[in-house]
Amino acid sequence: MKKVIHMIATLTIIGIVAGGLLSEVNNWAYPLIVANQKAETEKAIFLVQPNGKSYEAVKSPEIEIYKVFDENKNLVGYSLVSAGNGFQGKVKIMTGLNKDLSEIEMIEILEQVETPGLGTKITEEPFKDQFKGLQTLPQINWVKGKAPEHPNEIQTITGATISSKSVVAIINSGLQKARELKDKGAL
Amino acid sequence: MKANKTLGYEYIKGFWETNPVLKQVLGMCPTLAVTVSVMNGLAMALATTFVLVFSSLLISSIRKLIPNQVRIAAFIVVIATFVTIADLVMKAQFPDLSKALGPFVPLIVVNCIILGRAEAFASKNSPFRSFLDALGNGTGFLIVLVVMGGIRELIGSRTLLGYQILPNGFEPWLIMILPAGAFLTLGLLMGLANFYVDKKKRSEREELIQKYRKSQNDVEVKGQEA
Repeated sequence: MKKVIHMIATLTIIGIVAGGLLSEVNNWAYPLIVANQKAETEKAIFLVQPNGKSYEAVKSPEIEIYKVFDENKNLVGYSLVSAGNGFQGKVKIMTGLNKDLSEIEMIEILEQVETPGLGTKITEEPFKDQFKGLQTLPQINWVKGKAPEHPNEIQTITGATISSKSVVAIINSGLQKARELKDKGAL
Repeated sequence: MKANKTLGYEYIKGFWETNPVLKQVLGMCPTLAVTVSVMNGLAMALATTFVLVFSSLLISSIRKLIPNQVRIAAFIVVIATFVTIADLVMKAQFPDLSKALGPFVPLIVVNCIILGRAEAFASKNSPFRSFLDALGNGTGFLIVLVVMGGIRELIGSRTLLGYQILPNGFEPWLIMILPAGAFLTLGLLMGLANFYVDKKKRSEREELIQKYRKSQNDVEVKGQEA
């Protein structure tokens, strides 16, 4: 019996000390972590909207979208965050859109775990540049092995077709939700 | 029982003699997973060393108070506390590194090196000896991770610590930054380490045999003279 009490008491004391210590460290670290995340989001928003000077988050439970304004507080467009499955895991993309969501300014891949050297080419300029000025209506399409013919088409990367198609699908699904939001007048 | 070993030995042995990766074959998961670049290997090894040193020190100082039956549970709580501290500090101060290492920082909790050293060494030795042992093992882990990261980064993406070393004419071997490259590099390093140890052992044995033969000869010569 004495042994049991000793065991319980030891573990309890260790647990209490550990918990107390962690809560102190967390109190110090939490504001910094939040600030880091905010800085990262801000950087990404302006990355895809080079003319943007300030931004405002749109409150929506379904998607993460930001209104971006220029120095005179005029709306220049939107920065849309959309995520989905790539070839191996989650891909998170920031898309810069114009005012009526009909044209893409720029895209930026925020997170990806694609195959190094093949799928990771989606983060490189030649692929991302295809999205500059791309028409989004009725939706973005991809072509394989030939040059795009229509203003809403991009060419997939050789050896990384699934990753390229995923990027298109993720942007399309995000756009779909953004358009619904716009139809409701929330944008 | 270990009092006859010098303090310096407790530190140095982790570099080579009981190197956690090459000799004890512990902590394989992070070794294989994060060594795509020198920086990742370095950060992972430093985080692990931090946890290893502090948990060894603490466990060793409270080793006489912990009942034997709950020692593993107590060790894990102590280790998890230090890992969480390391994770929070990294997230707060080095967000990019923390992102690159991903889930492998929280997974230090179950890294065998730490529990292994706690169980095999810190729970039986004085705090100062445990501290040196942990530091030595951490350094050994660091050496292997940096060497592996260096080889993989150099051949896989032509750079070292982000600076381009090999010329553009060199086509990077993509396989080196894929998981297969990790297994190849680790296998070759371990093979090299074993080769070296074997060679040393063989030369020692031959030396011994020769010494023995010489002494036998001497005895025979003496016998004949008599």
